[in-house]
Amino acid sequence: MNWDFSNTEELLKLCNENDMPISEVMINREMQLGETRRDTIIDRIEANLRVMNTAVDRPISEPHRSMGGLIGGEAKKLNELDESKAICGPAIHRAIVNALAVAETNASMGVIVAAPTAGSAGVLPAVLMSMYESYDISLDDMRRGLINAGAIGYIITRNGSVAGAEAGCQAEVGSASAMAASALVEMLGGTPEQCCDAASVALSNLLGLACDPVRGLVEVPCQTRNAIGAVGAYTAAELALAGVGPHIPLDEMIQITYDVGRSLPESLRETAKGGCAVAPSLCAECSREAAWQRARAHL
Amino acid sequence: MANNYLGLFDVIGPVMVGPSSSHTSGAATIAWMARQIFSGTPVKAEFTLYGSFAETYKGHGTDRALIGGMLGYKSNDVRIRNAYYEARKNWLKVDFVVDKETHVSHPNTVDIVITGEDGHTLLIRGESIGGGRVRIRKINDIEVDFTGEYSTMIIGHQDVAGTVAYITTCLAGEDVNVATLKLFREGRGMKAVTVVETDSSISEELKEKILQYETVTSVDLIEI
Repeated sequence: MNWDFSNTEELLKLCNENDMPISEVMINREMQLGETRRDTIIDRIEANLRVMNTAVDRPISEPHRSMGGLIGGEAKKLNELDESKAICGPAIHRAIVNALAVAETNASMGVIVAAPTAGSAGVLPAVLMSMYESYDISLDDMRRGLINAGAIGYIITRNGSVAGAEAGCQAEVGSASAMAASALVEMLGGTPEQCCDAASVALSNLLGLACDPVRGLVEVPCQTRNAIGAVGAYTAAELALAGVGPHIPLDEMIQITYDVGRSLPESLRETAKGGCAVAPSLCAECSREAAWQRARAHL
Repeated sequence: MANNYLGLFDVIGPVMVGPSSSHTSGAATIAWMARQIFSGTPVKAEFTLYGSFAETYKGHGTDRALIGGMLGYKSNDVRIRNAYYEARKNWLKVDFVVDKETHVSHPNTVDIVITGEDGHTLLIRGESIGGGRVRIRKINDIEVDFTGEYSTMIIGHQDVAGTVAYITTCLAGEDVNVATLKLFREGRGMKAVTVVETDSSISEELKEKILQYETVTSVDLIEI
């Protein structure tokens, strides 16, 4: 039996022929190609979940200023927001707090799990930990969710891109959002098809997102982009579980995202030369440049 | 790494100290590999940063990652955060040179010059090529090219006929399967480096056996 798959179509075929969820097919693939045992894989996934859990907690108990100095303390601040003003509701509120927290851990040289990248490392922990806190979700569900996300991330990496320098933030936070959306659907008992539908919707909702880090640092706007990636995952999962959408199959959506990413101008692909990166108020050099331009205009 | 396939933990991973896989994790790995290649205890490490490393190293903690790697910490070791303190504790002097002028072939390039207690030095040039993966491009004056993704043995020797034959015979004797074997040299008959990437790890005994050969000057192992 060959458990390898290269795209969503092949993955769904394996799921349906063997009556298995996506996570189970992914475990079988990993056992076969990696010549490893099931419990080794499960232990390692659980270890990664523990790293995620710490990355979510630390910035709330001991906030640190980031290395670049642009962020630090945002998760704690949001965590202390009065309940009457947490208008997103408890689960989404927790997801946003968690996403900000992991971005702070990352930017202050804490330990994170790149999932799929360091810049987008907040999305999966945000979704998984907020689900755990707000719904009846077991550790086993969390492990399965993360493995399911790995399957979607693998397909995107193989057929598209997860690098901001190559295809923009849609390739980083967009991919993470798609992975988290699919994980949510499996954790809530949805079908493999619904998982892929959720991933497709999540990708299409962030299509075209620029990678424009201020001063080239993984801080602004990366931190809040992680939050929107997590919220987008919830939205897409809810849509898919209700059987709404998508209009585009996941394999096509991955190709579309890749094509759009490649056609983004270089200034919007992690070069810090466009988008938020050139906001005059945040970018000292740009504002100096702008001041010169204003001065020249007066001459 | 037994098999080179794109797997679950390439996507859900690596576990690393942030904030950047290329500017932090990759930098730590380059310095860590340099430390493995260096024999003896380093007392001084000078890092010259080029390209994007030179532009944004502070905000990405590239300096701390490089020092951490030099102290033998892997890219997921939280001590990287306090690397300056750890360096002082271990009597390692560190120095950073920012070179924005010199053109290098890869944007994330670093040269590391390590000095040992006895005064001998080693130069390593490394490139962080994305996703935390790295490539070593220079050992002293010899241009090399390897990634450390396999079990790697680096053999310094004179470019004399029979040396490579001796190395491969030793490997075959221990049933070690060679994935790649590359010889890099300054020139004919001069100093050479042979880099052997293998599917299984190499024992200390095998290392000693190769070191006994008269033209061999050093053998170092890298196991990530």
